[in-house]
Amino acid sequence: MSKFIIRRLLGLIPTLFIIITISFFVIRVAPGGPFSAERKVSPEVLRNLEAKYNMDDPLMKQYADYLWNVVQFDLGPSFVYKDFDVNFYIGQGLPNSMIVGGLAVAVALVLGLIAGIISALRQNSVYDYAAMSVAVIGISVPLFVIGPALMYVFAVQLGWLPVAGWIDRLGPVALIMPVATLALPPFAYIARLSRASVLEILRSDYVRTARAKGLSTPVVVFKHVLKGSMLPVVSYLGPALAATLTGSVVVEQIFRIPGLGRHFINSAFNRDYTMIMGTVIVYSALLLIMNFIVDVIYGYLDPRISYK
Amino acid sequence: MMKKLLLMLLMAFVAVAVFAEGAQETTEEAEEVVFRLNNGTEPESLDPALISGVPENQIYMGLFEGLVVPDPETLQAKPGIAERWEMSADGLTYTFYLRDDAVWSDGVEITAQTVVDSWLRFLNPETAADYTYLMVDEAMVAGAGDYNSGEAGPEAVQIRAVDEKTFQVTLDRPRAFFVDMLNHYAFAVHPLHVIEEYGDAWTRPGTIVSNGPFVLDTWVPQDRIELVKNPTYWDAENVELDRVILYPIDDQNTALNLFQDGQIDWLKEVAPARLDEMKMDPTHVANPAFITYYYEFNNSVEPLDDMRVRKAMMMSIDRQELVTRVTRGDQFPAYGVTPPLPGVYDAVEGFEEDYDAARELLADAGYPGGEGFPELTILYNTSEGHKNIAEYVQQKWNDELGISVQIENQEWGTYLDSRDNGDFEIARGGWQGDYVDPLSFVGLFTADSPFNSGDWTSEEFTALLTEAETMVGEARLAKMREAEMVLMEQAGVMPFYYYLTTNWINTDEWGGWYPTIQDMHPLKDIYRK
Repeated sequence: MSKFIIRRLLGLIPTLFIIITISFFVIRVAPGGPFSAERKVSPEVLRNLEAKYNMDDPLMKQYADYLWNVVQFDLGPSFVYKDFDVNFYIGQGLPNSMIVGGLAVAVALVLGLIAGIISALRQNSVYDYAAMSVAVIGISVPLFVIGPALMYVFAVQLGWLPVAGWIDRLGPVALIMPVATLALPPFAYIARLSRASVLEILRSDYVRTARAKGLSTPVVVFKHVLKGSMLPVVSYLGPALAATLTGSVVVEQIFRIPGLGRHFINSAFNRDYTMIMGTVIVYSALLLIMNFIVDVIYGYLDPRISYK
Repeated sequence: MMKKLLLMLLMAFVAVAVFAEGAQETTEEAEEVVFRLNNGTEPESLDPALISGVPENQIYMGLFEGLVVPDPETLQAKPGIAERWEMSADGLTYTFYLRDDAVWSDGVEITAQTVVDSWLRFLNPETAADYTYLMVDEAMVAGAGDYNSGEAGPEAVQIRAVDEKTFQVTLDRPRAFFVDMLNHYAFAVHPLHVIEEYGDAWTRPGTIVSNGPFVLDTWVPQDRIELVKNPTYWDAENVELDRVILYPIDDQNTALNLFQDGQIDWLKEVAPARLDEMKMDPTHVANPAFITYYYEFNNSVEPLDDMRVRKAMMMSIDRQELVTRVTRGDQFPAYGVTPPLPGVYDAVEGFEEDYDAARELLADAGYPGGEGFPELTILYNTSEGHKNIAEYVQQKWNDELGISVQIENQEWGTYLDSRDNGDFEIARGGWQGDYVDPLSFVGLFTADSPFNSGDWTSEEFTALLTEAETMVGEARLAKMREAEMVLMEQAGVMPFYYYLTTNWINTDEWGGWYPTIQDMHPLKDIYRK
């Protein structure tokens, strides 16, 4: 197992390298550049700008220089934001995005499992239908509808929660709506997945044996059912994290959270090459690591799987 | 067990809600007067040499002060660090006398040499400032272009410190609007003593030094910028606000919610979907803006090189219907390219909408009833508003002229590229005048203007403009009108409407804020009533 872990970890590096290379060249294919603006700069000023950012070097040299800097964890200056560099924005934004995203996934996981298990145990009851209806809403309604709807109800009308802003000014309350919004879709999927999976396991032989032995329901659930029913949930966690990371863009914009998601989008529109590369590298690394962790957990949960 | 769980969740929620009241941003204490606004997007920089947008300008007006400041109502020049100024008889040389108490927030004195060094830093090719065209092409500071393009050294620029408090600048040609222009950040003073020491990091809180009515207190990128009153400012006793908070807010809906929740005092824009409702709000303030919406024709593409075709297309739109039914923002139909400057320059009535005359022109050009007319494409940058207008135009041209056009949208960066490269047939454009003079619009369409994407040229137009440059006052403006009439008669560009600026602010609570044509609202003059 440990050999497997080491091999996988090392394998992340070439993957990341390929992602960086492809991204570096593809973003330069898009028309326009970092210095396009409606008020055009004169050719001389454009030359000056390009010189300042080393864009007048041959492309391969720019690529090599960039790679060398990345290895030293220097993601370069932003082409658009002139007072701070990319490392600063990532250092500022990433923890904030991870707090919101991490909490959202945690909440979705815990509540989703609870909802799914109870739905399965009380199949076809009022509770089951209610929980699954909420799940359908979570899957079908987009985040940019859920977010403003929550904001309208809880902040504007009821005044219970602040409209928008971050915890450094407003305290932890500022997290409630963004996390709730972001948690809803994964909650929905996890609830449905765990419900289906628990239902299936409840009908299996070893559970019937456990019940026949006279074990109470809680014991059956926690000792025998839970581990097995987690499998589909765990394999969903990889895509869930991806969805949460991208969903955070919308949530960060709506609730004014100084996170990385906004840079991810804006840098593309601004053709801020270094910022694009920085956010792509960070997100890719995160996803690769998360997927790897999920694989390891999967191996732990299912004794039938062994990694070599 | 379920009931216990539900009860616990409910108690937890209530507990949090209770804490919410306490943890929510406290309203200002009775002493401190705080003014909050939504300021578009995160600023690209606080360095006056490196900025180029409206949000950056709003911050600039709080932190820095140049030779002059704009009057909050008329935007005309009032003394800034210069107490008074003189113009030479030939209109080419201006002399500014700086006040004695002009200092940086760290106490360092501002001298005429500071102004010289700042303008040189701005023009220095290594600084790579965006807005140099304002100093080089519009203000026409002598020698500025040569230095900025690298053809000459800084000594070529005709600016100098006559003595410690006297600054002099010479222009290539008389510029009637020169002094009013100087409130722009292109002409700012920079704290070179700080920049030398800290380099690119000089704008951070703690190191930044400024000379305006406010200084930087807090900067949390993507969250807020807080300015506090500058005690060393020469006019500090007239600055009423203690603190200004600028929030970059990307989401228009969130901004509106914050405004309605009382979290911001001045809202600059509202999503189109909520516009009808918010126009009725008592805090709504609207006024004509110095911005025009138009379409450009690519004169290298047949048959758009034929003036009759362009005119026909121009004359077969109902602009009143457009602003009433399509854009619905109460904009002003435009028959010229320069928006009206009240008391200074009336809008030009360059053409009339006349469907019959348009059809005749098209027939003359060889396409009676639209027969044989090629299918052209209207290019616009992705936006619901632009799409609606393009569809309307498409419909109108089909109905009235019998020609059919396609409409195509491109993402902003791609669209700019296409326009720059002449990769279009008809393209949407919009322009905001940088300075309050018709030249800021009419000058866009000269043969060598980098903004003349359609490459329209006319000797008559150029001759009139050249003549106007040597004139002053009313005579000059009359000559500019002639030139603009030619632009319209030859359909060099197709205007649609002049914008309306909209803002929301409770003017019963806040004074010193006035609607202005450039939608500029200096923070210095705002006070709580």
